[in-house]
Amino acid sequence: MTSTMSTSILTFYVISIVLYLVATLFFGATVRDKNSKSKSQTKKSKAGKIGITLTIVGFSTHIVYFILRWIASGHAPVSNMFEFVTFLGMSIVFAFIILYFIYKLDILGVFALPVALMILAYASMFPTDISPLVPSLQSPWLYIHVTTVSLAQGILAISFVAGLIYLIATIDQTVRNKKTTWLEIIMISIFLVIGFVVSSSAFNLMDYEVQFEYTEEIQGQEQLLVADYHMPAIAGVQSDKNPTTLTEGKMTPLISTPNWMQGADSARKFNSVLWSFLTGGVLYLIARLALRKRVSAAIKPFLRNINTDLVDEVTYRSVAIGFPVFTLGGLIFASIWAQIAWDRFWGWDPKEVWALITFFFYAAFLHLRLSRGWHGEKSAWLAVIGFAIIMFNIIVVNLVLAGLHSYA
Amino acid sequence: MDKIKCECGHINPEGTVLCEACGKPVEGNQHIEGNEDKKLLNMRYDGSARRSQTYNTRIVDRIWTFFSSVKVGIWLIVLALLGSGIGTIFPQEMYIPAEAPDRNPAVFYEDYYGIAGKIYYQLGFHDLYSSWWYLLLIALIGISLVICSLDRFIPLRRALKLQKPKRHEHFLTRQRLYSKSENITEEEKQTIVDRLKKQRYKIVEEDGYVLAEKGRFSRWGPYVNHIGLIIILLAALLRITPFFYLDEYVWVREGEEIIIPGTENEYYIENEKFTLDVYDKDDPKFKDALEKTGEVHKGYTTDVKISKVKDDAVVGAADELEVIKKDQIMMNHPVKFDGYTLYQSGFQENEFKTMYFDVVETSDENAEPLGDIEVDLRNPEQTYELDNGVRIQLDQYYPDYALEDGEPITKTKYPRNPAFVFSVYPPGSDEGELSFLGIGQNIDPTGENEYQMVMNKMPDTLYVSGITVRRDYTLPLFVIGAAIFMIGVIQGMYWQHRRIWLNPKDGNLLVAAHTNKNWFGVKNEIEKAIEGTNVTMVEDQQELDK
Repeated sequence: MTSTMSTSILTFYVISIVLYLVATLFFGATVRDKNSKSKSQTKKSKAGKIGITLTIVGFSTHIVYFILRWIASGHAPVSNMFEFVTFLGMSIVFAFIILYFIYKLDILGVFALPVALMILAYASMFPTDISPLVPSLQSPWLYIHVTTVSLAQGILAISFVAGLIYLIATIDQTVRNKKTTWLEIIMISIFLVIGFVVSSSAFNLMDYEVQFEYTEEIQGQEQLLVADYHMPAIAGVQSDKNPTTLTEGKMTPLISTPNWMQGADSARKFNSVLWSFLTGGVLYLIARLALRKRVSAAIKPFLRNINTDLVDEVTYRSVAIGFPVFTLGGLIFASIWAQIAWDRFWGWDPKEVWALITFFFYAAFLHLRLSRGWHGEKSAWLAVIGFAIIMFNIIVVNLVLAGLHSYA
Repeated sequence: MDKIKCECGHINPEGTVLCEACGKPVEGNQHIEGNEDKKLLNMRYDGSARRSQTYNTRIVDRIWTFFSSVKVGIWLIVLALLGSGIGTIFPQEMYIPAEAPDRNPAVFYEDYYGIAGKIYYQLGFHDLYSSWWYLLLIALIGISLVICSLDRFIPLRRALKLQKPKRHEHFLTRQRLYSKSENITEEEKQTIVDRLKKQRYKIVEEDGYVLAEKGRFSRWGPYVNHIGLIIILLAALLRITPFFYLDEYVWVREGEEIIIPGTENEYYIENEKFTLDVYDKDDPKFKDALEKTGEVHKGYTTDVKISKVKDDAVVGAADELEVIKKDQIMMNHPVKFDGYTLYQSGFQENEFKTMYFDVVETSDENAEPLGDIEVDLRNPEQTYELDNGVRIQLDQYYPDYALEDGEPITKTKYPRNPAFVFSVYPPGSDEGELSFLGIGQNIDPTGENEYQMVMNKMPDTLYVSGITVRRDYTLPLFVIGAAIFMIGVIQGMYWQHRRIWLNPKDGNLLVAAHTNKNWFGVKNEIEKAIEGTNVTMVEDQQELDK
């Protein structure tokens, strides 16, 4: 983020984030409205109107950022992890706006915008520099394919949001069973994401840096490399790489990263994961102690007046809208491009396989909706699993399983 | 066959759940849709008689019934999903990294991933997507697609074609959306009908009974998309044959012209030049990123000349060539000719092209050259004569030199590590002096050589361009399949089949509605249509169920 040009462009992006945050608060206010007064779901509250207006304004500045960055870099800004994940966050907001106008459900905003914000926060953990395009990415299909997939994932994310609302609202919290446990696990994973963002931004602000030198065999040759940590090293570089600390006076690693983790920069990433668990875990414990009940149980009373049938319909409808878009972008456009760039439209690359798995999963979801017993709660669980698959494809497949789609 | 005659007079085929004409539930058949103790009707296939639910005796029937079950289909999808996932735990055979010390799968997996890798390999997961069980799963999904579709499509089409606006009371009261209103005037009813028409409903009216329907075509979406999928699976099947699908790879050196493999010796390719572009590290746009990542490639380009062998060539004579295309092959920019497509797929740099040697007298401390020779490594000459009468004979040439069991060999025929055994004959002499030369090696076996050969400048290198040759006649089939699939999915997902029945009964007006999805939407439309009339808004009986 050194050049002034890209900094001024990023300003628009930051404005969007702030607006989404404020919009979330307004949508949050609608929950209270409904608790005290009207029970009508369709009657729009003032807070809801302000909320959606702010969201749209935020979305517009987001678009401005996108266009300016496109002009600055000369290619569609969807080519590295920062740009792609940012675009995904934007897609979630866009999908939310569409579904908001179909169903006028304020509660959707209370959950959809924070999910989008978390995705945007995750994006900002990647280098924001404009990166050059390697030859395989130099094609108009880059933006055709990536934007369609991302849009589809945004729409499918709304089904997750609706599913989550459904589960929190309907699952009986007076007993402790598998359902409440799993729902709480979803809550905990949200805390872990927050933990990741909080810890990495905190250490970033402090300009923390510690470096380790280690050897790695690359193309048959031993090479000396440097791992650049921006968080204190709980886990150092793998012991089989003979690491030595370069920086003086910083915390020495407590453990070594397991040797079987062999992805690019795996030690640094593993360390970030540990910090996320640590920070997220502490935040969760504080929340638990303050609330004296499960987090999902604490949210549940705010959702008592929602129309669960309508929420269930949003879950299904967003899959119904998102599935064709996903097929088009994630399988068809992807194949066309792969045929042009890599001479085969299908190559069983991990990313391709996981796109196929996503397709299979939502196809199964849509077929299950044909049977009556799968509406409501079961659908909601499926929507959550579907989103987990999407996130797996974005985070794990890109960062852990090396393949043709590793950007960062 | 036991036809079922309904009280409305319509004769239904055996196995019907709801009368095709009036919708009256057929007594004793409700179990077919698992509906005997439910209040609401199961409207999934409009209660039509499906073969799978009717005949169950013969083995053929049993197989048909098995594959026609959506549940079975879902299980197959889930199994395919899990199987596909397993294949990504470790890289597939073709993605074993190039830098791995031993790329033989039998060694690689155990080497890299220990015991888990060994098991992975032994279970055949390193080539999972061509394993018999994975292909079988896909084939079973294909069968399930065909049978599921046939089992439902034909009877459903029949039921929707035969439906009448007049519906049996039990049909109406057991719809999810239903209401009963008293004292409704003919005008009010007409207003509702007009408003529904405005909302683009198709109205069928018979003796005061009204059916408003829209989006019926969306019911065919699933069958259309299944056809698309079947076409895709067939295309994948055709691809196994070499006629429909040709896949070859060829390395072409700069300046070399060779036969394109897979074209039955009909076409030649010449690599005129290969260019590797890298990003300028001072480019202000990418400066920050390039500082972190180091050199980034910008493009790979091969300037090629494609030639075709002339038809009237004499058998046995050298091929006479006719240039048919000059073009640049780049990544994302393949070159096509006569049904073949050439893709830029790889390159090798630093292959040696020409080496330069000086001949000097061993005793000369200044190493004043007596003369020099140039060795074309792809086509070296047998003897080289210098002006001063020195003759050099190339006794042995190892383009890709290595030692194996102490013996010099060549690993490949490509000059990647060239080595030579030269005999240098002094002027007028018949006795040659042997010397061995290679990259970084200059050996005088006897130690008594009068002459010596020295490399006098860096060898010329060239690029080798890796080109994939493809001919794929199945592509159009895949495109058609994918297009049909998309049309079907959009048709089925973005539209919905809605029906609203207005039936007078004993002076009351019964309103019932059914949609295959998006109930929120149909409720809105009914609300709009009955606004200001005395008709009671339909109640969602599913919600009341709770």
